[in-house]
Amino acid sequence: MVTLIFDGLAYGMLLFVLSCGLAVTLGLMNFINLAHGAFAMAGGYATVILTNQMGMPFLWTLPLAFIVAAVAGFVLERTLYVRMYARSDLDQVLFTIGLVFMAVSGMDWLMGSQQQILHLPSFLLGRVEVLGVNIGIYRAFLIAVCGVLAIVLQLLITRTRFGSRLRAAVDDQRVAHGVGIPVKTVFAVTFAVGSGLAGLGGALGAEILGLTPNFPLEFLIYFLIVVSVGGTSSMLGPLYASILLGLADVLGKYYIPTLGSFMIYAVLVIVLVVRPQGLFARAA
Amino acid sequence: MTARPDPAASAATDTAAAETGRRVVRTMRRALRWSLPEILFWLVAFASIFLLPGQHLILTEIAILAVFALSIDLILGYAGIVSLGHAAMYGAGAYAAGLYAIHVTGEPLTGLVVGAAAGAVIAFATSFLLLRGGDLTRLMVTLGVAAVLFEIANKAYRITGGADGLQGIWMDPILGRFDFDLAGHTGYVYCLIVLFLLFLLARLVVNSPFGISLKAIRENPLRASAVGIPVNPRLVAIYTLAGAYAGVAGALFTHTQQFISLDALAFQKSADGLLVLIIGGTGYLYGGMIGALAYKVIQDVIANITPQYWLFWIGLLMVVFVLWGRDKPQRIFATLAARLRHRREGRE
Repeated sequence: MVTLIFDGLAYGMLLFVLSCGLAVTLGLMNFINLAHGAFAMAGGYATVILTNQMGMPFLWTLPLAFIVAAVAGFVLERTLYVRMYARSDLDQVLFTIGLVFMAVSGMDWLMGSQQQILHLPSFLLGRVEVLGVNIGIYRAFLIAVCGVLAIVLQLLITRTRFGSRLRAAVDDQRVAHGVGIPVKTVFAVTFAVGSGLAGLGGALGAEILGLTPNFPLEFLIYFLIVVSVGGTSSMLGPLYASILLGLADVLGKYYIPTLGSFMIYAVLVIVLVVRPQGLFARAA
Repeated sequence: MTARPDPAASAATDTAAAETGRRVVRTMRRALRWSLPEILFWLVAFASIFLLPGQHLILTEIAILAVFALSIDLILGYAGIVSLGHAAMYGAGAYAAGLYAIHVTGEPLTGLVVGAAAGAVIAFATSFLLLRGGDLTRLMVTLGVAAVLFEIANKAYRITGGADGLQGIWMDPILGRFDFDLAGHTGYVYCLIVLFLLFLLARLVVNSPFGISLKAIRENPLRASAVGIPVNPRLVAIYTLAGAYAGVAGALFTHTQQFISLDALAFQKSADGLLVLIIGGTGYLYGGMIGALAYKVIQDVIANITPQYWLFWIGLLMVVFVLWGRDKPQRIFATLAARLRHRREGRE
């Protein structure tokens, strides 16, 4: 039982890293970016190629996965996304679905449709017994890395100059621009960091989530649930939502295997009925 | 002391009100009048039965796609609901019609009704979730509903055939007389007639006071409710109707293909429908049909050049189309039509 909760926690933390970028672009910048998973996939494949084919140590590939996805995000933001900010929701939906389709079949063409197996270093494999609880080392590693990331992000947004600029730019673009905040640059950097985090999440999750070219479509619903259940007032909402979702998914699949894959939707419906504005929404 | 209404003034108000009423009726009737392009469109559509006998299989697919896109137009073009999971209702209709044909009777017309009912029930049941929250919530809910149905159809393989698809569907002749043939002639005429009837109904609905209230909701829900339009019941109603339409599209698919796979419920189906409608343009009912035709032609051309990776090209098409401005084809037509009308009026 405790082991299961631990697994759920690791899974939830992973979901958080995957979707926190979307919480900012979609939740704060109001851009419906359904292609978020494509950046995660890019990071995942970067890690798989670097470790399996080029023999780089797994830990070294993690920052590279971040950079690959961040650069991709930055370039796309500057060239294409920036034209879509002012468009209607429908335009953004169509545009990003188009991107997802291109990423999915492009990756299929490059790497084939089979699932990629990531060879983890031996010191991250295996399980240990801590206080009578059987813990997977990689799961513990995930929780540690994602936990640190969550704290850093929260501090970054609430405590730094960049964070306050971002919040100002999101609340009122025109005024922020008027008081001299470089709104465009702030958005571009935010988008790149969000995509980079997704890439890092994809790299960390390549082993437990299963990496196929279909990844961006498969996990789209998870990302959307995290963002809308969590609300967007701070990074904490999406964090709690991710953990809730991770626990529900892991426990559901273990205890009711036939219906387990429906657990996340059950959570979604309950939240929508009880609190349509999200669990931790900003007071309107 | 109470002010007595002046009989003369009240009579004047009455006539003024009656005059306004007449003008409203006239304006609303004008929208229902058939214009020349519309008549030509349907003449060409029905002429294809005789002029393109070799193309009936692909034309059947186009007609079914058009019903599906018409259904999306009802909620997107008129009520402004962006849905990512319209395949839920399509698939429900397809599976319901398939199971009905296997376990009850292969009679197609009642099968259509069963398909429509299945689509409507799913739409009605999930519409209440749609009413909560904004656009983002709607995207997520529609996506989630379709994903849940996909999972159910996948898991319940004893009933639905799961990933192998539902097989063993045999259809009786339509009205006991017209057998489904291999070349798809009966199937095409059947689908085209159903499309036409559904179109007529949709045309009546969107030009009725109900349809106009939907447009008001699309433009501004808050103001719509301020002038007394019951926003939520209207949205539930149109979503349910669109669900029935999608269910019919699914049932038509089942009847003509006599096989259903999980693709009917997949995300790609929803995205296809959305794309078809967007190609043709939203909010004037013909978008779905024009879009379906254009989509299949594009698909055919690309399949001839490179048969693999269709998804990539469709993605590219969506991106380019949106960047270029998806309302442009519609605007070009509108300008052309306006110019034509202008010239004709100048001559008169």
